[in-house]
Amino acid sequence: MKHFFKKGSVPFWGFGILSGLGVTLKNFIDSYFKKPDSGGVTTIQYPEEKSADFEAARNFPFLVYDETPEKPRCVACGICERECPVKCIHVVMAKDEAGKPLRKPAVFDIDYELCMNCGNCEEVCPFHSIFMDHDYEIASYDRSSLLRPMSKLLKSNDYFHKVRPVDAGKTDAVIRAAQEKKAAATKQKDSAGGQ
Amino acid sequence: MDQLFVNLKAWFLNLLGLFLPDWLVMLASIVVSGVVILCLGPFIMMYLTLLERKVIGRIQNRYGPNRVGPWGLLQPVADGIKMFTKEDIIPAYGDKLIHLLAPIVIVVPALMVFLVVPFGRNMTAVDLSIGALYFLAISSITTFPIFMGSWASRNKYSMLAGMRTAAQMVSYEIPMTLAIVPVIMMSQSLSTGAIVAAQNGLKWFVFTPWGLVGFLIFFFCAIVECNRPPFDLPEAESELIAGFHTEYSGMKFAFFYMAEYMNAFTLAAIAVTLFLGGWQGPLFPSWLWFFGKTFALIFMMIWFRGTFPRFRVDQLMGFAWKFLLPMTLVNILVTGFWHFNPGAVGWGVSGAVLVGFFFAITALNRPFVPEKRIYELAE
Repeated sequence: MKHFFKKGSVPFWGFGILSGLGVTLKNFIDSYFKKPDSGGVTTIQYPEEKSADFEAARNFPFLVYDETPEKPRCVACGICERECPVKCIHVVMAKDEAGKPLRKPAVFDIDYELCMNCGNCEEVCPFHSIFMDHDYEIASYDRSSLLRPMSKLLKSNDYFHKVRPVDAGKTDAVIRAAQEKKAAATKQKDSAGGQ
Repeated sequence: MDQLFVNLKAWFLNLLGLFLPDWLVMLASIVVSGVVILCLGPFIMMYLTLLERKVIGRIQNRYGPNRVGPWGLLQPVADGIKMFTKEDIIPAYGDKLIHLLAPIVIVVPALMVFLVVPFGRNMTAVDLSIGALYFLAISSITTFPIFMGSWASRNKYSMLAGMRTAAQMVSYEIPMTLAIVPVIMMSQSLSTGAIVAAQNGLKWFVFTPWGLVGFLIFFFCAIVECNRPPFDLPEAESELIAGFHTEYSGMKFAFFYMAEYMNAFTLAAIAVTLFLGGWQGPLFPSWLWFFGKTFALIFMMIWFRGTFPRFRVDQLMGFAWKFLLPMTLVNILVTGFWHFNPGAVGWGVSGAVLVGFFFAITALNRPFVPEKRIYELAE
């Protein structure tokens, strides 16, 4: 009788069939009464439900501005344009009437059709200007709407704080530290010049 | 409440009697029953597909269809519209007439079986005196249209599937018929109405040793007969693409599908009638008992589908001839004993005989496993 209850033993012909039926019945019942992580239905009903957003998620890049969209952090250095593996970024630096380059972009286009969401632009940007967004519902019937001009790419720092609070906080701290250092340096220089 | 539908029909016929002559009312009575059955069959089929997809989904930890209408209740309608609008393709070198006829012919026996099913007290469309025999005869016609379709498709895979169907259905016809024999012996009638009446008051046949064994054998054979997984060798998606309906599309394919599901329903209904006491049951109205039991059996069928992988052809044949057939023969013997010694003695002796025979026959059928070779020089 002992081998009857041993795990893996086959006490009589058809026992495996019955235990198989038990497994599927358990799944069937659990799908009604249990949570996804303990054997329930794991499906996320997409348009109504969405899976939880998490910090490290990334899809398409956007540009950050601090106070107003007229003053973006971007200085049109073009590093992201060069680093982009699929060449989906196009930057033109703005110039004043005299032809002297201003430190801001005149044109900044990203072709979302080409972008492969690698995030290299975010990593190489020395001015903490370009970051990967969490907005993935950008499907459209119109191809040209996926070619995003600067006006559509610029988003406020508040938005950045909303989607990626930890990263935005770190970035702000880095920028502030740099500004303080610079301010301290100029102060020192001023005081040194004053003597 | 129990006679709701019967009274409804009588009221309708009385209403007609006010305007029409008697012979027309007689005709109307036939037409009403016929129309109800003709509508009930496809309607049940539609919602069986939904039920099946839902239950299988739940077994696989999914939701199943839930987008079209509340809880996906309009999904079968959407499927129907899709089937109607699909292109109908006929193979260029196929036999066009038979290719057209096969899906039409397959629906007819599936609907005809509904005639003898007692849906409730006084709710049999035609209470034939040979009901059980009629059911066996009609349900086995299904083999022919499947073979017709597979032959007319002029497709190797369909042809293989047709051959498999013929072999499978003819083999399982025999244990299925022999599993019914004890019921006929005990109720001493072939009429489905009389068989249900013989199981009055919780004396369902399934509560006897021979009834239990007979029911299990009949139910297995029923699943095989309507080509449902895990016995769906004629369709076998992975091996034969879609088997006999590879070359069918649109509404013709839908007819095959419809016949399959209606067969599943009627076979479950007949199993309920023969072994589970039909519409007999306490408290609730008779038709509710009947549909409850039938859908419980259909749930079993879907559950089997969600659990088991497909049989191998030789195993399927062997199961019928080497296991089910001897079991049914012993079961008939046991039924004879039970007839004279019901009660405790009958339970003890017939139970012992059946269990003993079960173990004996499984021991005899044990597959030959060659001794495991040990290659001494391999290591």
